[in-house]
Amino acid sequence: MSFNAFLSITPWPLFSALIWIVLLIAVMYFARRTAHQAIRTASGALARGLKIASHSITHAEGRLAERNREVLLAAGREAKERVIEREFTRVGDTVRKDLANYPHLHRGLSEAIGRIEKDHQDAVEVPPDPPGWVRAVEAVSRLDAKDGGGDVLADMHKSIVKAHKEAMEAYREAGAERHELLRAMMPRWRDVQQLLTEVDKKAESLLTRSAGIDRHMQEYEQIVKREDKAVSVLSSSSLVQFFVSAMVLLVALGGAAINFSLIARPMAEMVGGTSFIGIFKTADIAALVIIMVEISMGLFLMESLRITRLFPVIGALPDKLRVRMIWITFTILLLLASIEAGLAYMREVLLQDELATSALLRGSEAAVDSGFLWITTAAQMGMGFILPFALVFVAIPLETFIHSLRTVLGLAGIGLLRALALLLRVLGNGFRHLGTLTERLYDLPLFVPLWLESRNGKPEISVQEVTP
Amino acid sequence: MKRTALLGCVLLVACSQSVPVARNKGVYLLLDTSGTYRAELRKAEDVILYTLSRLEPADSFAVARIDTGSFSEKDIIAKTTFDERPSVANAQKRVFAQKVHDFISRENSAQYTDITGGLLQAVEFLNEKGTGRKTILIFSDMEQDLDKGYMRDIVVPFEGFDVVALNVVKLRQDNYDPRQYLARLDQWKGRVEKAGGHWRVVNDLDRLDHML
Repeated sequence: MSFNAFLSITPWPLFSALIWIVLLIAVMYFARRTAHQAIRTASGALARGLKIASHSITHAEGRLAERNREVLLAAGREAKERVIEREFTRVGDTVRKDLANYPHLHRGLSEAIGRIEKDHQDAVEVPPDPPGWVRAVEAVSRLDAKDGGGDVLADMHKSIVKAHKEAMEAYREAGAERHELLRAMMPRWRDVQQLLTEVDKKAESLLTRSAGIDRHMQEYEQIVKREDKAVSVLSSSSLVQFFVSAMVLLVALGGAAINFSLIARPMAEMVGGTSFIGIFKTADIAALVIIMVEISMGLFLMESLRITRLFPVIGALPDKLRVRMIWITFTILLLLASIEAGLAYMREVLLQDELATSALLRGSEAAVDSGFLWITTAAQMGMGFILPFALVFVAIPLETFIHSLRTVLGLAGIGLLRALALLLRVLGNGFRHLGTLTERLYDLPLFVPLWLESRNGKPEISVQEVTP
Repeated sequence: MKRTALLGCVLLVACSQSVPVARNKGVYLLLDTSGTYRAELRKAEDVILYTLSRLEPADSFAVARIDTGSFSEKDIIAKTTFDERPSVANAQKRVFAQKVHDFISRENSAQYTDITGGLLQAVEFLNEKGTGRKTILIFSDMEQDLDKGYMRDIVVPFEGFDVVALNVVKLRQDNYDPRQYLARLDQWKGRVEKAGGHWRVVNDLDRLDHML
């Protein structure tokens, strides 16, 4: 039924339209209660559904946050344990080294002190013997000079002066000897001082380390107590580690790309330049496999050296086996590096051959050897040899990247879920208000019957009235 | 687990493709050595060298002359399928170029021009090589001139072939009546396309890069 058919129920289209409008308003008025109920139910159901979904996502976000917190704390605890373990090992090494030297140090100090004591005793001032003949002098002095006392006294005086001179000389000699001994004590004092300074330095180093251990222990305790501060510190640290390791990995990726370009072309000589695996050239895949094997060997080497801990099985191997593994991986790496150097040389040879052929086919003269060609050849060979060993160190940022990735992914997931929950909540509220708005819009064309209804005193249908 | 590994291996092997399946090119170049076209052979050498520089390992290339009876292996001046190893392929290219150069230096004019026979030989050669893409280059004025007794009113199976006429020079009578030149080209185009091939004319030799 077309629109024109609707307007042709009477000869006058305007009148027909008016009839239809009145009919429509009447139908809408009588169906008003049901329509309002339907609108409210629909909007309410949508709002409630979205609200439930939002709550569910908020709950999931909470669980993810808790999980992330657990992961962060576990990672932090493990890292801190490693740091503390290392610090204790260093302290142990220092103590072992110093204690091993302690008997020597003690003997040195004892000997130095013994020599000082001996010198000190030797340097003690010996007082001159008191004169034994003083009473004899007094008795002689009581005698009359005529009885020969004067001569005796004169002789005694002479003897005393002589003895005095001798005593003075002996005293001076003893004094000089004492000074000599005291002078000889100086280097021994210095020895003792040097030994004590050494001891002081070692003690200071131990104290510094112990202060560091104290600090780490405090942080460890915070982690064990699951304090928010510790989580916050670990989280920011994890983000920094993520970006730094990602940057280093990008650099390593550049190195791997250069490595690839060095060996891909000569690989065609080994595996053929025209065979394909899928859409990729076999030569390219072979070159890529060599680089991947190098990186894997680097990982195993780092694991065996216990620098990284991506494979706990390797770290837990007996030391003898681990050392054997170090040598095996290093030998394989050395072989691969040598192969790469050879391939890099081959690449240069092939390039020259290709240039010569192209020159011949173009009809121009072949490029003359500049004499400096060996520099690029040597540089390529050097890069071919060094890059595999450089790629070994990718293991360190890779481990950091993997560990921090868990946290970063968790944080990103939390952010995403939070945004989703907010969106759903907003949508839920939006639908609720949209329902109310739709009711009002429904009532808009019915203003005439509604006005008449209110004028007759019949109450307007309230929201509560129709709500089931 | 074992099954998955085995399946992976099978898939990998299935995905790998041997050399001549679909990716390599086959080019067969026919050189008109008749009297009217003899002077153009130096240009042909340039085209051959250019073609050689564009070909890669595992591609096939042959150069043959068009003479009185061209449906013969004896008319093939040089042919090769390049080795998979780039260094060997380069050496092959150098040898190929030398062979062509020697031929052009000493070649005498042919009395007749059997283009159809040459084309038939080209189709046989490239089909036998089984290359992924097959191109026949004809360096000629496209004026067929058969000796008595040669039957060439046959349909050459050109399906899957690109046939490119290079440097189709105008003959003296073409200048008097260009319709002859156009009719000649139309006739060849009709023969090639009717047999399922793709026909092109390239007189500007700088456009060869689009051809290969």
